[in-house]
Amino acid sequence: MTFITSNILTIVTFTPAVGALLLLFYNREHVRSIRMFALIVTLVTFVFSLHLVSHFDSSNPDFQFGLKIPWMPSFGIDYSMGIDGISLFLILLTTLLTPLAILASWSVHERLKEYFMFMLLLETGMIGVFAALDFFLFYVFWEVMLIPMYFLIGVWGGERRIYAAMKFVLYTMIGSVLMLVAIIALYFIHGDATGTFTFSFPQIASALASGRVVLSPAIELWLFLAFFLAFAIKVPLFPFHTWLPDAHVEAPTAGSVLLAGVLLKMGTYGLVRFNLPLFPHVSHLFAPLISMLAIVGIIYGALVAMVQPDLKKLVAYSSVSHLGFIVLGIFSFTVQGLEGAVYQMLNHGISTGALFLLVGVIYDRRHTRLIEEFGGLANRMPVYAAFFLIVTLSSIGLPGLNGFVGEFLVLLGTFGTNHVRATIAAIGVILSAVYMLWMYQRVMWGEIRNERNASLLDLVGREHAMLIPLLIMMFWMGIYSSYFLRPMDASVMKLMNQAQTGRVEYARQVR
Amino acid sequence: MNLATINIGAILPALVLSAFGIAIMVAEPFVDEQRKSRLGWLALVGTIFAMLTLFRMADNRGQWYSNLWIVDDYDVFLNFVFLLIAAITILTSIDFLRREDMNHPEFYSLLLFATAGMLMMAASNELVMVFLGLEILSIATYVMAGFRRTDLKSNESALKYFLLGSFSSAFFLYGVALIFGATGSTNLIAIAESLRSSADIQISLVDLSAAMMLIALCFKVAVAPFHIWTPDVYEGAPTPVTGFMSVGPKAAGFAVLFRVFMTAFPSIQDRWASAIWLIAALTMVLGNVVAVVQPNIKRMLAYSSIAHAGYIAVAFAATSEKGISAALFYLLAYSLMNLGAFAIVTILSRREDKLVNLTDYAGLGAKRPGLAAVLSIFMLSLAGVPGTAGFAGKFFIFRAAVESGLIWLAIIGVISTVISFYYYLYVLVQMYMRDSNDEFADLRLCGSLKIALAIAAIGTVYLGLMPTRVLDWTANAALNTLR
Repeated sequence: MTFITSNILTIVTFTPAVGALLLLFYNREHVRSIRMFALIVTLVTFVFSLHLVSHFDSSNPDFQFGLKIPWMPSFGIDYSMGIDGISLFLILLTTLLTPLAILASWSVHERLKEYFMFMLLLETGMIGVFAALDFFLFYVFWEVMLIPMYFLIGVWGGERRIYAAMKFVLYTMIGSVLMLVAIIALYFIHGDATGTFTFSFPQIASALASGRVVLSPAIELWLFLAFFLAFAIKVPLFPFHTWLPDAHVEAPTAGSVLLAGVLLKMGTYGLVRFNLPLFPHVSHLFAPLISMLAIVGIIYGALVAMVQPDLKKLVAYSSVSHLGFIVLGIFSFTVQGLEGAVYQMLNHGISTGALFLLVGVIYDRRHTRLIEEFGGLANRMPVYAAFFLIVTLSSIGLPGLNGFVGEFLVLLGTFGTNHVRATIAAIGVILSAVYMLWMYQRVMWGEIRNERNASLLDLVGREHAMLIPLLIMMFWMGIYSSYFLRPMDASVMKLMNQAQTGRVEYARQVR
Repeated sequence: MNLATINIGAILPALVLSAFGIAIMVAEPFVDEQRKSRLGWLALVGTIFAMLTLFRMADNRGQWYSNLWIVDDYDVFLNFVFLLIAAITILTSIDFLRREDMNHPEFYSLLLFATAGMLMMAASNELVMVFLGLEILSIATYVMAGFRRTDLKSNESALKYFLLGSFSSAFFLYGVALIFGATGSTNLIAIAESLRSSADIQISLVDLSAAMMLIALCFKVAVAPFHIWTPDVYEGAPTPVTGFMSVGPKAAGFAVLFRVFMTAFPSIQDRWASAIWLIAALTMVLGNVVAVVQPNIKRMLAYSSIAHAGYIAVAFAATSEKGISAALFYLLAYSLMNLGAFAIVTILSRREDKLVNLTDYAGLGAKRPGLAAVLSIFMLSLAGVPGTAGFAGKFFIFRAAVESGLIWLAIIGVISTVISFYYYLYVLVQMYMRDSNDEFADLRLCGSLKIALAIAAIGTVYLGLMPTRVLDWTANAALNTLR
């Protein structure tokens, strides 16, 4: 048992990768057993990740389940992992969404073996990003994860899949390579000042927080920008969002689910994990500008979503809007705002994941996603319509469902620092209700106009299995939110303290 | 100075290679047509034997033969790289020569002589020795480039390489003559000594000499703006030879470049270092941008090899122990992944190197998944995806650059890496995301090629995940160039 407890993060991270390796030895004709194996591997990973929740110490703001093994000692690179209240649930989100995405992949028939191998490798990459505590290790996971996603979009995607896959990789790369230079620079700045050359994030962060290492304002600015660009592209923050609709529309259903559910969160996670505590001064300095971009993203994403004829594109643009809320919360520099942002990351993963799953259900049946092709589906698919309604309401942020809690906290936090921003952002909430409900109305209600919709089958058992867990989460997170907020409290408080000291110090420096 | 100190151990690897090369030439007429491939295996035995003698050589550290020949960690490491390159090239060529009906074992002799020349270049402590090694390498390579005698493109390749190569050799000789005029010596350490101590040296002569040698070596390693010959020569040469040319002479050229400039010219470092900065930046951008639009995979890899020379030049521009160490590491990493890629191009180009367009790779992923997966490893490594040798190497290079304060060069470098992702991933696009009618039924993968691919692929992944051991070695080697 102690072996499991001390290595739990390695186990959770690499179980899917081991599964992918084992898949290599499967006969590609055994379609059913390949699928089942992939599903079992991801379920096992999920069970392992539950160990994290049950053994997590909510009162401890620091990294837990830590492990550290020298990897390239002469460079100060370690294999080091650990999680705090912020990354805990993001890992759970990943391990929850992946089996559901696998369930949604039953309609994939081509090169099934490779498909599931890439899904499993992707999961390892995603968990690794959230668990890594060494900059080098973090960067490795951050980059490696691109490759399976590239293949998922490029091989199993829609018509313009190659364009979308290439755009996705190049956009992400441009940001991340600059982050790599910044990481190396930070490594040397820390090493020159303290004498220990290390890529360890906690060590560098604490040296910066305690003032043992002081960044000059100009250097802090450049480092901040390099990190920020990498994460802003990933989020994606307006105006770096143009890769997102392409990638989403062309990706297969499971790819969209994980892209929206987890990959986008890496951007916001990076902002929370790295930008705020490492560069508090510049974070404060840039907060108004970034908040403005976030608000533009909220309104712009909502307006563009409203006029989309394609369901997936609509959901994609709604993501731009929702992610704007998260960034707004992060840069409100209040405990509520930050906690709301983290909560909203989980919500968005669940609601948008569910939305993409639902779009996938109807796409499997009709092979189209155009809203005008549908109408009156509620007559033929009542259960589907009911599920869709709950997910829609959750995405809008109806009280009692998960979305409300996050949005409310974000707006509360933002209102505390700036009334105007909060007011404009609140318009985004209204707009989201407009485009979501309008879409729902056009797809579900009325008479069946298109006769091809007349014989549609309602949800089958497998589809129930992939949607119900998410519906349960929506109610659970909406009603009993403190279960999820409590483990975050300590870590968020600690982070806020670091970011706030930054503001004070910055004020002193400027004076 | 005592000419009589003969130390066989110090030159044993080069001796072994030459002996095997001569033996193959002598044996050739006595072997009947069907069994000529066996001489290829004999050449492989020669390289392996030479590799084993490296241990013996490593016991004979120091300067030998009137300080012409130096044995140190730098030398041993590079010799290992050169012999590895030779071994993989032989393994790739055995099947190729049989397929193309040009099973002339002289090819292996030439390859062994070329490698012996490279060994001399790495071990020379003396500019005239460098020149000898350079010529032994170059002349053998000119012939190899034109080895497909009946093919016009191959002839063009050889002629171009020969003309421009002789031109650059002349530049090198001029440089040697000038430095001899200025300092009275061609010994690297003696040059450094006299530059440091005596004040009455005409510094403009030294500058001119250094510039001449820099140009000559830049030609050999194919960095911009001295790279123009590369695509044509690479395209026309037989594919295994192209693979060899893209790594062997390049590695040897860099070996000399580091040794000469770090050992002999540290006193004028501020001047040549800024030239290298410019060359590195230009090479990376130009190589990567032009590679994007190449429809022919051999030309694409030619421009890619220019770009990689640019990365190595970044490490050189750092002019530090870490920089040289990173460059040496990268030479090994690059040799493995590039030779691997060329081995697969050799297989896929089929008879007479006909199918060398990127579109000929369409559908490979579905029909030959194993081959496509291995090529993917090499492409991802060339692009620099974490977990591969290419990423580790680039990481060390850019780390060294940042350490030496070359932040902008590092930024230019990483951004041009992003451009390179486009064309490397485009190979994957063709293999996995496009279909074709080609069934790839006529592909034969014989044992020697499989061994070559296995060495390259395992090496690429090993260096990507566990670079520490090799890095310790290169760090020691780099120390030897700094005095």
